Amino acid sequence: MTEISMVVNGKSVKADVADNTLLVDYIRESLRLTGTHVGCDTSQCGACVVHVDGKAVKSCTMLAASAQGSDVTTIEGLANGDLHPMQAAFKENHGLQCGFCTPGMIMSATDMVARYNASGKELTEEAIRDELEGNICRCTGYHNIVKAIADGASKMTNA
Amino acid sequence: MSELKYHKASNASEAASMISGTEDGKFLAGGQTLLPTMKAKLAAPSDLVDVSGASDMIGISISGNTVSIGAMTTHADVAGNPELNAVCPSICALAGNIGDPAVRHRGTIGGSVANNDPAADYPAALLALGATITTNNRDISADDFFVGMFETALEDGEIITKVSFDAPEKGAYAKFPNPASRYAMVGVFAAKSSGGARVAVTGAGSDGVFRQSDMEAALDGSWSPDSVSDVSVSADNLLSDIHGDAAYRANLVKVMAARAVANA
Ligand SMILES: Cc1cc2nc3c(=O)[nH]c(=O)nc-3n(C[C@H](O)[C@H](O)[C@H](O)COP(=O)(O)OP(=O)(O)OC[C@H]3O[C@@H](n4cnc5c(N)ncnc54)[C@H](O)[C@@H]3O)c2cc1C
Ligand code: FES
Ligand code: FES
Repeated sequence: MTEISMVVNGKSVKADVADNTLLVDYIRESLRLTGTHVGCDTSQCGACVVHVDGKAVKSCTMLAASAQGSDVTTIEGLANGDLHPMQAAFKENHGLQCGFCTPGMIMSATDMVARYNASGKELTEEAIRDELEGNICRCTGYHNIVKAIADGASKMTNA
Repeated sequence: MSELKYHKASNASEAASMISGTEDGKFLAGGQTLLPTMKAKLAAPSDLVDVSGASDMIGISISGNTVSIGAMTTHADVAGNPELNAVCPSICALAGNIGDPAVRHRGTIGGSVANNDPAADYPAALLALGATITTNNRDISADDFFVGMFETALEDGEIITKVSFDAPEKGAYAKFPNPASRYAMVGVFAAKSSGGARVAVTGAGSDGVFRQSDMEAALDGSWSPDSVSDVSVSADNLLSDIHGDAAYRANLVKVMAARAVANA
């Protein structure tokens, strides 16, 4: 067992976990934050994306112990009373059907917007599609997800 | 995933001593290959020594046109480094096309090189750039380092600390990604330096990454896409799988090499 402590959605948490515990299992099973999903468990689908120290990572492909001391944000940590602008954009643009991929899509979306804003690059439609390489949706056909991210990006920038 | 003991190393020498005390320990870098492999029960190390935070193994330094990249530098940090992009844009572009953004945030150059996946991108770059791989014990030239499919010159418990190379006069990487996995079906890195042209091919060889010496000779004669297109590429010793047979890959080697030379 290893003792870990980190900040998740602004709250300090601490636990003794088995050394082979994946970050996603710690988040879902111990913290009971079940918004982070497991789609493939083989590092392909992106349903499990969370932010670790401000960067999007696949939480099924990281040990909880490796996140020791980190600042973690999950989908539950985005809304602040009202929906986060990216969540609102997914709702308004029909960026989801079953919703299974949506938490990962939104965590990848807010990460890409932050990176493109920081580097001053333009988040074009082509760039959004390229950035979604690691997020798989089996329902929507992606068009409305791309629309939602473009809309969410402008909402975030003007918020 | 089977049970294991986790250790976190704060520097390379601590990592080396931690692993020497284990039964069947492995280094854990970004985990983007090792953890999926363990989940698939293709590996079951007794211990993991996490080197992703080893402070002396992270970061990029450039002096003149000599580049040195710490083994635990992530793909995202290589892709987004403006100083590196100024001296060697081809390596930044290569790193920015590995996998997807989340993989690039965790995956490292050291992990990729140590793994030597026959379809990985960095091995082609390091071989074409004539890079040196530095470990806790020694310097190994890329020509000696990449031994075969998933095989390297690393000894048990030996740890890669950095890779270094001189930026070429010209260089580019062209990759034909598998449409599903994004790994290279074929990737070719072509580089031109004072010592001559070097061309390295990934994704195609049944023994992993290799140099295409006929193309190197042709480029030494004249550095142009046509020079490599005129070289005949044999399908012997190339991979055949459900994604493409050896003859298809042999043709892709030519096409990717011509694109790399054109973009360099
Ligand atoms: C969805 C997905 C897509 C991908 N697409 C691509 C792609 O297009 N192109 C590509 O090249 N790669 C791709 N990869 C692989 C990715 O680049 C990995 O990051 C890389 O292969 C391994 O690096 P790592 O830091 O994650 O290493 P790990 O997975 O942590 O380790 C890999 C191996 O190297 C050993 N090791 C790690 N560090 C050291 C060290 N310093 N010294 C000695 N041994 C060490 C480990 O013990 C292990 O055996 C992809 C991965 C995923 C999950
Ligand atoms: S569950 Fe992590 S990538 Fe699919
Ligand atoms: S909305 Fe169903 S998987 Fe994307």
